[in-house]
Amino acid sequence: MPADEARIVLRARVRHDDFLLDVDLSLPGRGVTGLFGHSGSGKTTCLRLMAGLIKADSGYLCVNGDIWLDTDHRVDLPTHQRALGYVFQEPSLFAHLNVLRNLQYGQKRVAASEHRVDMAHMTALLGIDHLLTRMPDSLSGGERQRVGIARALATSPRLLLMDEPLAALDLKRKREILPYLQRLHDELDIPVIYVSHSPDEMARLADHLVVLDAGRAVARGPVAHTLARLDLPASRTDDATAMIPATACEYDVQYGLLTVELQAPEGGTPGRLRLVHPPVAPRSSVRLAVQARDVSLALHDQDAGSILNRLAARVQAIAPAEDPNHVIVRLDAAGSPLLARITRFSCDRLALEPGMHLWAQIKAVSLLQ
Amino acid sequence: MPLTSADFAAIRLTLELASLTTVLLLIIGTPIAWWLAHTRSRLKGPVGAIVALPLVLPPTVIGFYLLVAMGPNGFVGQATQALGLGTLPFTFAGLVVGSVFYSLPFVVQPLTNAFGAIGRRPLEAAATLRASPLDTFFSVVVPLARPGFITAAILGFAHTVGEFGVVLMIGGNIPGKTRVVSTQIFDHVEALEYAQAHWLAAGMVVFSFVILLLLYSSRRANHHVI
Repeated sequence: MPADEARIVLRARVRHDDFLLDVDLSLPGRGVTGLFGHSGSGKTTCLRLMAGLIKADSGYLCVNGDIWLDTDHRVDLPTHQRALGYVFQEPSLFAHLNVLRNLQYGQKRVAASEHRVDMAHMTALLGIDHLLTRMPDSLSGGERQRVGIARALATSPRLLLMDEPLAALDLKRKREILPYLQRLHDELDIPVIYVSHSPDEMARLADHLVVLDAGRAVARGPVAHTLARLDLPASRTDDATAMIPATACEYDVQYGLLTVELQAPEGGTPGRLRLVHPPVAPRSSVRLAVQARDVSLALHDQDAGSILNRLAARVQAIAPAEDPNHVIVRLDAAGSPLLARITRFSCDRLALEPGMHLWAQIKAVSLLQ
Repeated sequence: MPLTSADFAAIRLTLELASLTTVLLLIIGTPIAWWLAHTRSRLKGPVGAIVALPLVLPPTVIGFYLLVAMGPNGFVGQATQALGLGTLPFTFAGLVVGSVFYSLPFVVQPLTNAFGAIGRRPLEAAATLRASPLDTFFSVVVPLARPGFITAAILGFAHTVGEFGVVLMIGGNIPGKTRVVSTQIFDHVEALEYAQAHWLAAGMVVFSFVILLLLYSSRRANHHVI
């Protein structure tokens, strides 16, 4: 089917205990697609279905032209015949094999002509080349998960499925592993379906986002736009985050300050932000994450305070936050989406309403890649 | 020399019987244990109970029913006769069949525990790494369940060496054919040859102690044997 080239098409109905997953998705055949939603929304069921680890009542799955599942034509490849890699929430390494033999387990079961991922390059990319002779139980949680990712990639999969690979790790380990995932994203041309409930991980890693709720896909689109949609529950939580694509500009060595330029609005001048960060090659594209709780709003530009970044913005929508005494304000900051989490009291005092022009004061910006 | 040639014949026969029985038990017990560890079928309870029956039944009961079933009028006997094999009671083959039944729980239970402890996740991981179910069994399950296999083999072997009632019921007590150490001891005692009986009985005690010592000291404290 030519229409399915370079796309991942998934249509399925699965009844699993008393949960019904009913999806009809056509996903990009490259880059990272985030499956995003609360626990119980069907993300993992969706992923396990794609891997063939659970059976669909009816379904169709085509990955860049290969049909893995088509219940109408009685096609349902068993998991071991699907050219996929799967990263579980817990690394699930084989305890009786050392790291190298774990990595080789899948690789040697794939024909040599199918090998496209260079093992030495990949182990270096994931920072595990010094661990090859170790046994899994002597590794830290973060190391184990990196080995799990490398093991999945060593089969040169045509699709990489990742089920909350960071969820079982503490914050420190997460920070340790995220840069590796970002590098994989930049260097390997394997489509990835990434399941998570963390807006931050999605902002960092995903290009495209599918939001699941109660077993259905409720929204999909490019990550920057979709993460900031106020009609979705995730953008109203405490850790709601806006992702802003930007370009690196000049660097102030004296203060260690990097200037980035946001995408220019139509016919306008682009907004600029400054943040403390090691130097980044000028003109390279970067992603910024701004948490809604780090953004405050003011009616006038106040240059007297310590806040470095202020952007002129227009209110687009206001929605109640998960916590009833807060609201989330969606802003258009010179063409970039931005979320602000403020108290309901401030919202009333400033008499915020859609269309209003004001200033967004950004207390913290993080650069994602 | 305190042991007679008849004693040595009984010892040799016992070791042959226990070895063959252990091999057969591992072949038969592994699929049963796998099924018990993974099934969600309602038959799991009944099958588990049947496998465990020899733990609680007097060996004479098992021996009696096996004798009836394998006899000329029993359904097993009819089948073996139709195949031109004759009947099994009072033969070495009959003894092997009886021992397999009698020692089955000692092999199936450690294996079921070992398979259950591995869980489904390594199997799923292997499937996503292109291993077929059979490949997964030999490359992941067997190495991970190795302590379970060792326990099962040792217990199956040792328990077969120690059986008496089943042997007597279906094997009779034919020298060189079905007379094993336990029945040889019985014969010595009947004939009031206490010194002879002592040598064999003490040998059994030492043998059993050494086997169990090996078993218990090779397992970590958190593993229970059965």
